Amino acid sequence: MQLFLDGIFLGSIYALFAIGFTLVFGILDRLNLAHASVFTAGALVGIEVVSRFGISIWLAIPLVLVLGALLGVLIERIAFRPLAGRHDAHFAGLISSIAFGAIILSLLQALFGADTRRFPADAFPQARFEILGATVSLLQVIILVISVSLMVVLTWLVAKSKLGRGMRTIAENPHAAAVLGLNVGRISSTTFAISSALGAVAGVLFTLNVNAAQLGIGHAVELKALAVIVVGGMGSLPGALVGGLILGLSEVLAVNYIGSSWRDMVAFGLLFLILILRPQGLFGARKTREV
Amino acid sequence: MRKKLFSAAVCGSALLLAITGCSTTSGNGTKDDGATGSGTGADCVIKSAVPISAAFSLTGAAAQYGASQKNALELAVEDLNKVGGVTYELTVEDDATDPKQAIQVFDTLIASGAAVIIGPTLSNTAKQTNPIAQDAKVPVLGVSNTAAGITEIGDYIFRDSLTEDAVIPQTIKAAVETLDVKKVVVMYSNDDAFTESGYQAFAAALKDEGVDIADTLTFSKADTDFRALLNKAKKSDADAIVVSGLIDAAVPLVTQAREIGIDTPIIGGNGFNSPALIKGAGKAAEGVIVGAAWNSASDNEQNVKFIEDYTAKFDAAPDQFSAQAYAGLQIIDHAVRAECSAEREAIKAGLGDITDVPTVLGDVSLNENRDAVHDALVQVVKDGKFAILE
Repeated sequence: MQLFLDGIFLGSIYALFAIGFTLVFGILDRLNLAHASVFTAGALVGIEVVSRFGISIWLAIPLVLVLGALLGVLIERIAFRPLAGRHDAHFAGLISSIAFGAIILSLLQALFGADTRRFPADAFPQARFEILGATVSLLQVIILVISVSLMVVLTWLVAKSKLGRGMRTIAENPHAAAVLGLNVGRISSTTFAISSALGAVAGVLFTLNVNAAQLGIGHAVELKALAVIVVGGMGSLPGALVGGLILGLSEVLAVNYIGSSWRDMVAFGLLFLILILRPQGLFGARKTREV
Repeated sequence: MRKKLFSAAVCGSALLLAITGCSTTSGNGTKDDGATGSGTGADCVIKSAVPISAAFSLTGAAAQYGASQKNALELAVEDLNKVGGVTYELTVEDDATDPKQAIQVFDTLIASGAAVIIGPTLSNTAKQTNPIAQDAKVPVLGVSNTAAGITEIGDYIFRDSLTEDAVIPQTIKAAVETLDVKKVVVMYSNDDAFTESGYQAFAAALKDEGVDIADTLTFSKADTDFRALLNKAKKSDADAIVVSGLIDAAVPLVTQAREIGIDTPIIGGNGFNSPALIKGAGKAAEGVIVGAAWNSASDNEQNVKFIEDYTAKFDAAPDQFSAQAYAGLQIIDHAVRAECSAEREAIKAGLGDITDVPTVLGDVSLNENRDAVHDALVQVVKDGKFAILE
């Protein structure tokens, strides 16, 4: 039971990161590789506001959410929009987002230094309880609740709201969407804002969970999140959640039953197996775009 | 960018070749470039400043160590230049915790005429860069490399950092004697030369002391979530957990271990020996045992003054990395003065002859393998401080 819960908690963090990733990918067909830097920025800025200004973590999370949204808009405006007209916009955007991510990291290093930083020890209630013989911290439960609820809200948003309809129209055909009178630029910006807001909050929760944040944390999660969205089905929100949980569980089980040195091999091997059996990913549909 | 750097390095070395070529034809015999002085030891006077270069990790994963080292060297140069007779000119370059960049930095430093190179910060990097210095016959003094196989690279490679091989047996012995440890779980990151060799030393020391290893678990140096490993370790019911990992892993590992209810002592390798552990892990750090080449509680006179000066200058407490870097320059100063020359060969000869030189680490000797020899200290975290384990 402990193993199962450990896997779920680890996986929910991968999923939270991957959901933001896949949102932009699914709607705008752009891979935003600055996402890892936004994650790091969320973590470090969160630590800064809590430790320097002494504000509560509950206030810091919304603040970081707003910061993430702003960063998202900047990424869209600076790294993606100027390239939209190019025939190689996919790859150009990929590269320019890596560059933008590097700029964010350099700024973070200039502001906060390269040291590993962490939240003050009393930033979060240390409550712990037993569920069916397994030890679980309040924090882990909250991370799970936040990522699942964000996923539910997002799925609803994309499926039912006016904004979501606009998003899906753009996903289908951006030119047609513009002809229909949709403000493609604004919807793109909003998508980036939501995606990055999630990424930044994921950074804060991740840091709370492991008690360490430094400039490299984003990249450590990025590769896993990429694997998660490929397995979940590119652009599929439920796919990102389920993919994240599968990766988290397989890592934990690999450590316990096969050997810790084999963890990444087993986890990624399993992901490849899923892809062989179901090339479009768990929730991906062939040839059609999902959001 | 790389290409540019590379061509700059090529041009630089070509230029150096041209210069040395000229000087051998014209200045055959004693060089009058001010690098060799008169007198020996305390009386030594060298006209021009001795160029000391250092390659440290000022950015990247090991940046916390590099910053302490750079600060300490700056302080050491300041102090030594006050003595008179010999002055030092310090150049510190950033290897970005990346062996590829470190190689370029070494090329540049060698081409720019460094008399001796201090560094690099990580053993991993040293294994890549030191052969270059060895080939160019430039002496290197490692001040933080503790892995095996560093000084074996060649006769120009020295270090003042006590190896894990020297510290770890003393640590395990002290832990077994004072805490009656019989069964342990060993954890280490297996993708780093430093932590890997630390693990080898732990395994050998545990065997020598007759301690039973219940399980060996590996992780990656980039990992931050250790709950799965720790839950496995918890099940084995060991008396202690032995960890060979860098500080980036140490803090989350220790915190998470206490969080899931592991209350046994945690015995760490050299990477755990930093004030950052106590600052970062807070109460969770209590009971962590670390062997060290240096301890802030040491009452060595030089050390007390060093801690005062460092704290006043940088508004932060020094750690072992800064103490070893400071001692490194003291040792180099001794070597330079012994031969009273800033020539690379003379410094190499001087470093080969270091015996009981008083430094902030205590009396340091370099043995026939060019490795440091001095007493280690076994510490335990108690009431938020490193105290000597008794």
